[in-house]
Parts: sequence; structure tokens; C-alpha cells
Amino acid sequence: MTDLTSLTIAEAREGLASKSFTSLELTDAHLGAMEAARSLNAFVLETPDQARAMARAIDAKIAKGEGGPLAGIPLGIKDLFATKDVRTTACSKILGNFVPPYESTVTSQLWRDGAVMLGKLNNDEFAMGSSNETSCFGPVVNPWRREGSNTTLVPGGSSGGSASAVAALLCMGATATDTGGSIRQPAAFTATVGVKPTYGRCSRWGIVAFASSLDQAGPIARTVRDSAILMRSMAGHDPKDTTSVDIAVPDYEAAIGRSVKGMKIGIPKEYRLDGMPAEIEKLWTEGAAWLKAAGAELVEVSLPHTKYALPAYYIVAPAEASSNLARYDGVRYGLRVPGRSIGELYENTRAEGFGDEVRRRVMIGTYVLSAGYYDAYYLRAQKVRTLIKKDFENCFAKGVNAILTPATPSAAFGVGEKGADPVEMYLNDIFTVTVNMAGLPGIAVPAGKDAQGLPLGLQLIGRPFDEETLFSLGEIVEQAAGRFTPPRWW
Amino acid sequence: MNVSVKPGKLIKGQTGDWEVVIGMEVHAQVTSKSKLFSGASTEFGGEPNSHVSLVDAAMPGMLPVINEECVRQAVRTGLGLNAKINLRSVFDRKNYFYPDSPQGYQISQYKSPIVGEGEVVVELDGGKTATIGIERLHLEQDAGKLLHDQSPTMSYVDFNRCGVALMEIVSKPDIRDAEQAKAYVTKLRSILRYLGTCDGDMEKGSLRADVNVSVRKPGGPLGTRCEIKNMNSINFIGQAIEYEARRQIEIIEDGGTIDQETRLFDPNKGETRSMRSKEEAHDYRYFPDPDLLPLEFTQDYVDDLKAHLPELPDQKKARFIESLGLSSYDAGVLVAERESAVFYETVLEDLADKGRDGKLAANWVINELFGRLNKEGHGIVDSPVSPAQLAAIVSLIGEGTISGKIAKDLFEIVWTEGGDPRELVETRGMKQVTDLGAIEKVVDDIIAANPDKVAQAKAKPQLAGWFVGQVMKQSGGKANPQAVNDLLKAKLGI
Repeated sequence: MTDLTSLTIAEAREGLASKSFTSLELTDAHLGAMEAARSLNAFVLETPDQARAMARAIDAKIAKGEGGPLAGIPLGIKDLFATKDVRTTACSKILGNFVPPYESTVTSQLWRDGAVMLGKLNNDEFAMGSSNETSCFGPVVNPWRREGSNTTLVPGGSSGGSASAVAALLCMGATATDTGGSIRQPAAFTATVGVKPTYGRCSRWGIVAFASSLDQAGPIARTVRDSAILMRSMAGHDPKDTTSVDIAVPDYEAAIGRSVKGMKIGIPKEYRLDGMPAEIEKLWTEGAAWLKAAGAELVEVSLPHTKYALPAYYIVAPAEASSNLARYDGVRYGLRVPGRSIGELYENTRAEGFGDEVRRRVMIGTYVLSAGYYDAYYLRAQKVRTLIKKDFENCFAKGVNAILTPATPSAAFGVGEKGADPVEMYLNDIFTVTVNMAGLPGIAVPAGKDAQGLPLGLQLIGRPFDEETLFSLGEIVEQAAGRFTPPRWW
Repeated sequence: MNVSVKPGKLIKGQTGDWEVVIGMEVHAQVTSKSKLFSGASTEFGGEPNSHVSLVDAAMPGMLPVINEECVRQAVRTGLGLNAKINLRSVFDRKNYFYPDSPQGYQISQYKSPIVGEGEVVVELDGGKTATIGIERLHLEQDAGKLLHDQSPTMSYVDFNRCGVALMEIVSKPDIRDAEQAKAYVTKLRSILRYLGTCDGDMEKGSLRADVNVSVRKPGGPLGTRCEIKNMNSINFIGQAIEYEARRQIEIIEDGGTIDQETRLFDPNKGETRSMRSKEEAHDYRYFPDPDLLPLEFTQDYVDDLKAHLPELPDQKKARFIESLGLSSYDAGVLVAERESAVFYETVLEDLADKGRDGKLAANWVINELFGRLNKEGHGIVDSPVSPAQLAAIVSLIGEGTISGKIAKDLFEIVWTEGGDPRELVETRGMKQVTDLGAIEKVVDDIIAANPDKVAQAKAKPQLAGWFVGQVMKQSGGKANPQAVNDLLKAKLGI
């Protein structure tokens, strides 16, 4: 028997259905892999007992010919998702040992469909970061290394634990969240597939909020097909989240293999940055050629306000975060550091509970919303946001079906390499934030390697609620580029 | 809009007359089963923290969902205030740290409220009215309650009230003295209670007012205002305004200036004192709540609510005057409280002849019933005399079965003992005697027994009153006074 952990979800689904192995066996194989890979620091909490109990229960169902679309598939859950009776911390000290008495809508849909929870995955504190170095549990290690080097690389962030665990075969797929690139950038850094759905496609209920108008849950998986399978279970309208949209969830998997003949693929000229590494440029050209070979038509498009997206994002997101994180005050749950007055209790708790990056963003956010600065910063940023959205709308109005861009401006970098200057770190999201600002769906697909053997990804941006086209196109890139698995060294 | 402002009572200072300018922010708790953004109960008086949902406690990842009933109630209130209803409004976050606010922000409406400008006509002494402009009405969350008396070293917090829907109703600065201010809150409360959108229970805190007071020389520029927070009694509002206006006048006349600040009223001392100055004011960092889409509904929705509004006090008053011939004063008294109006209208329904006795019924409700209720300290809902009983008494007078005087005795019996007034009249022999033969016999007997008085009366007809008194006395008050008069005049030849 092949190593069960190397199977894709689609393959495991068949194996389980044909009774080649049980969910318990599949789960145990992953629990073993997790144990052996603790040096990657991908999981912040392993839940083996719960995993085996869930696997046994689903095995019983499978035996009776029941079980949903994800029956028996072991998954990892980003620690931003509230999981009932299982510690949920958003990887922040301020939540301490918080155990929610509720389950997020997205994860409850995964369990409804038969998935098995292996544990909680590491992420940047409150999803604020692009390298998974801001987690209170310490950085996640990328299973990929530069050829001939032992340098520890970051997996990207904020969903670094999800990407690393999926790439290192610790779980078959993972939940993740994306506010400015937190699914797509780590997917690109680890040669996994990451989907940031249209804003409103997945419920935000029960997901620790970072920036409410930008946050969106999505899957990280090893193939486009697997990500489509997970998406179908994660998506859906939720009356408990009024920003979720009541549109039927399509069978995303059915979009894979669908012809893309005649589709117009936009190549935005503004994404051709000065000083962009030649290998990124090459990857992009190659990706475009693959799509063209599949029958799509390439058109140069313009998204003129792209250059304002990152600065505007770093106003809107911290503004919302400063308000969203106000609830962590030491009064009701999580960390409490006492003081002589209520003011001191707040100050002590928040000073000790929040890490540097979170504090930085809370302060930026507070500043841009303050009287006298609101119009100059927050309001202007919202106007920019509208313009960015319009850029995309104009483009789609001209018949463009999807837009192809690089996913990141570089491959994974070393742990500690980009800590000094926060702006340098923020630049990681340069190709991804526009998608969140416009509320559009995006997918990152592994497309090649750089000169040092590190994976690089391409991003496809779709029309609102047209994730299906992204799966169709993504699979073409995947087929052309092939799949990439890191050599096991841990 | 200030054209309709009624000049108020001026205050005499050392440097002449001063005018008071008052604007109010009334917080009215919306009558709804559950909270503004969660399914938790709004019931008053539960065990601390027994009506708290995950959303109210601001647990991580929780999201607000608008309670449509609260929206409906806010729109209905806007319609009752003759106000513009905004088909699109926006919820904003008002950010501040305080333990009564678990989210760290209050969800409110800042730039785009659900209801815009409107107006309220208020009744003043002497049958005068004033029109007070409404600036806006918006929906927002109530806060929790801190309990400082549970422990010597700690404070506790009860989130039961946290997230309950409030309507903040902001008036224009159209109010000119304490009487107008009291009349405004009274009228607003009455409208809310007629609509059933707020129970108006000020003791329980369902209705609270922040009162902005400034003073100026009549017609001069507006002065600096002070805000008196959290007033929960109409009388205190009056006292606080009187005190605050005089305090400001004294400061200005002594050469000082008014600091814009928030003040609290101390009902025991009858004075206001500083709570926080403008410098200490929060920067609330308002911004649109990204968890909530803008609130949108159609004109049809508004029209439908409008079509089903109950009759409001002003309309009811006009109807009482027009169709029943009540005086403006009487109609005003009857409609002031929803329960009084309901009582009166129930009496009307039970009257045998509404056209004949409607006005009489109003007199009886206002003078006999209210008078007695006030004396005994009862509210109208606890009245020992039911509308049906009162209607029977009034009908008995109207149809001539009993006199007004006997009716008062009957009312006393019904009040203390209860019973069916018609039966009581029969069984206790209270019926007015209109049988001319019976009365004539009594008249004849008295004339025969008192020849001297007859002579006197013939000389001085005004002395005939003595005979009337005797007849009434002998008949136990039941003789029809008109019949007695007519008979006496004929018999005495006067």
C-alpha cells in the first residue's frame, strides 16, 4: 500500500469508498506524520483522540453506505476558526486557553460532510503577518528548502501552518483565511493550491475577525481538484453572517476539465513591477502560454489603481482590526493581567497579550480613524477601494473571464530575514491585496520553481462568484506545470 | 424650522432677561422580544447575565444580525413623529473602552440614521401648544450595567441589558423652558406608548433623556451648552433645567464663561454637577460597521406600516372634539395617557346613546373617576370602577333614571362595593321619581301643612325654594327636580 498521506483527497475518497482502507487508518497515518513533523511547528494543537473518534464514527457511516462528500478525510483547521470544546487562540497570547462553546459555520459544514479534524494549525497572530512569524507559538517552518541549503524558510502567512501542513503531507487539506493574501501567498510559498473565495461566499461566523470587510475563509489543498472539493463544503449562505450571500453553491469539482476555449484572460500591465525577478516574469509568461494553448485568448488589461491598493489596504485593514480587537480586554475571557483600575487592567492585559505586529496595526488603525485624520486616511482609502473595484469591473465588462498574475513577488524567504522593516513584509501582498479590496475570488496554483528550487505560484482572479472558472483554468496550469512535493528532511 | 418655536418663560437676571435654549436626546428602549443584533431576551429583571447571547458577550468570531422587529418599531416611531423615513441607513461603530461594552464599541447610527426630520406638537398650560422639531431618530445598542456594590474590591457587570435596542430621538434646540421640556417628554412618551414601540417606563430606565441646556439674551447668539445626562424622571428634567439655567446665568453675569461639559443631576440636592469636560470627551472613531450591510427597505414597506399605525393622541383628540363635542381641554386630558383614552373609549362603546352622553361620560371620567383615582393614588388600570360600570352610571343619568346627585352616591357604592349599577338603582330604590301623581301628593301635603309659608311664598316667589327642599327631602332626593318646580309654581300660583 502506498503511503496514505501522499494521497490526494480525490484519491482517498475513492479508497475509502472502495474500502481499500478506513478513515481510521487514514487518520492514524496523518497523526503519525504530524508527530514526526513537529519540528515544522505547523500544528499548535493536535487532537488525536477527537480525530480517531470522528474517524471511527465516519467509518461506521461509510460501512452503511452513508457519509458526506468529505467522509473520512482528515483535515487541519487554522486556529482562527472557533472549534467547539477545542482550544482556539488565533495564535495570540491574549486568548490564552480560550475554549469556545461554539463551532464556526465553515468547520461545522466540514464535519457535516464527514471530514475528520486532526488539530489546530499555526498562523500569524490574529492573521496579521505574511510569514507566520508573528504567532505566539513561534514561526512555522516551510518544508521547502533552497537546494543545497539548510536555511529555515518561512511558509508565508498568515495561513502558514495550513500551507506547511498540507505541503508536508500532515493533513489532506486545511482551512485557511485570507484578508490580504493569507491563503494565496503561503500556498505559493509551499507549492500548494490556495483559494480565496468571493467575499460573502463563505460564512465568517465563528472565525476570529481581523478585518471584517476583507476576511474570507478558503481551502488550502495539494491539487486544484482537492481545493474544489473542499470549497463545496465550506461555501454557502449563513443567516448568522449577513455579509454572506444567498447564492447556490455549485459543484466546483465539475468545473475541472471544462473547456476554456475562447475565454479571455487578462494580463494586467500594472502588475509588471520594476525590479521584478526575471524568473517571476518568465513564470507568468509561461502560465499565459499554457492557457493560450488550452484555447484561451490573452488580452492585455489595465488596472490603473493597482499601485494604491497596498497603502489603502494598510489603512482599511488596521482600522477594522483596531475595532475588532477591542473586545480582547481581559474582562470576559482569555488573558487577564490585573491592574489597580479598569484602565490599568486594559493596558496591562493588552500590552502583554498582543504581539508587536498586532499592536502596530491596532495603533495604525486607531490613528487613521481618529478625529481629524479619518477623512485624510480612512475615507480616502475607501475611495481608493471603490476605484480598485471599478478597475476590475471595467475589465470584466470588456469580456475578460479571469486575470492572470504572479501570486507573489518572490519565493519563500528565510525566517528572520524580513523582520526589521514592516513595509518590506507588507510588500509580499502586492499582487494579492487588490483581490480582497475588490471582494473577488482568487486562486494560487503552483506553476514552477525558482533558480534555487523553491516553488513559485501563479494567481488567477475571477469575476464575483465565478470560482468555477478559476478551477477550470487553475487545473490547466496545474497540468502543465506538474505537481511539486518537497523532499522530506524533517 | 425655528419659525414655530414658542417663546418660553424668560429668567430674570441682574442684567435683564435671559432665554433658555434646550435640546434633548431621548433614549427609548424599543419594545421587542429580542435584542437589536442577537436572539437574547430583552425581559426586564432576569438574574444577572441570564439574557446574554454569544454575540452580546462579544465572543471571538460572533457577528451581529439585525432584528427586523426593531427596524419595524423604529420606522413606526418615525411615522408617529411625522418624520422622514430613510430607506437606506448605515450602522456605525462607536469605539470606546468600558466594561459595560463587551465589543469595545457600540453599534449605532452616525451619519445615516433610519429616521430624519420630524416634529411633535406639545400641549402647554392654558391650552397653548408648541411645535418641537425632531432632528433624527437612530437605532443603537444599550450597554450593560456595572454593579459596584457586590464586593468591596471588585466591580461586577450584568450584560442582560447589553445589546437591547434603543431609539435615540434627538430634538432640535426648539425647547425654551422647563415647562416645554416636560411637555415634550410627556408627549413623546405618550406617542411611543400609543404606538407600542416603547413602554415609556422611566423608573425601569426604558425612557431616559440627555438634556442640553444653554442660555442667551433673547434673540442673541446661542450660548455654550451643557449636557445633563441620563434623566429618568420628567419632574427631575424640569428641576434640572431650572437649576442649570440659573447656574449658567450666574456664571455669565459674574463675568465668567460656560465650559462645554457633561453634567449629572442630583435629585437629592436639586443641583447639577460636572461629570466630564469637553477635553475629557472620547474620540469615538466612528466608522461604518463592516459586519453589517447598509439597512435598506422599500417605500412599500413604510407605506404598509403607515397604513396600520394606531390612532395617535393628536388625531384622537381632534376626533373627540369634532364628533363628541368635547372641549379641547377635556379631549387633551383624555388622550394624554393611552390607558385613559382606552378607558374612555371603552366607556363610549358601552353607552346606550353615545351622541347624547359622550360628553357627560368625558366629564365623569375626568372629574369623578380621575379625581377619585388621584385621591386614592390608583392608576387608571387599577380602577375599581370598570368602563362598563361607568357607562351604566352615565347612561342612567342620560336617560333620566337617576339625577346627577344620586349618580354620585351610586358611583360611591360601585367604587366601594362593586355591582351592576342598574341593579343597584332598582334594589336600593335610587330611581328618580317622575310619577307626577306621587310628587303631587307630597307637594299637596306640604302646602297643606304650611299655610304660613304659602303666604310668604306668594308674596316673595323666591321663597318657593323652601318648598323644593322639603319635597326633595321627603322624596329622599329621588323626585325629579324639574317636575317638582313645575308643580310648585302651578300650585302656589307664582
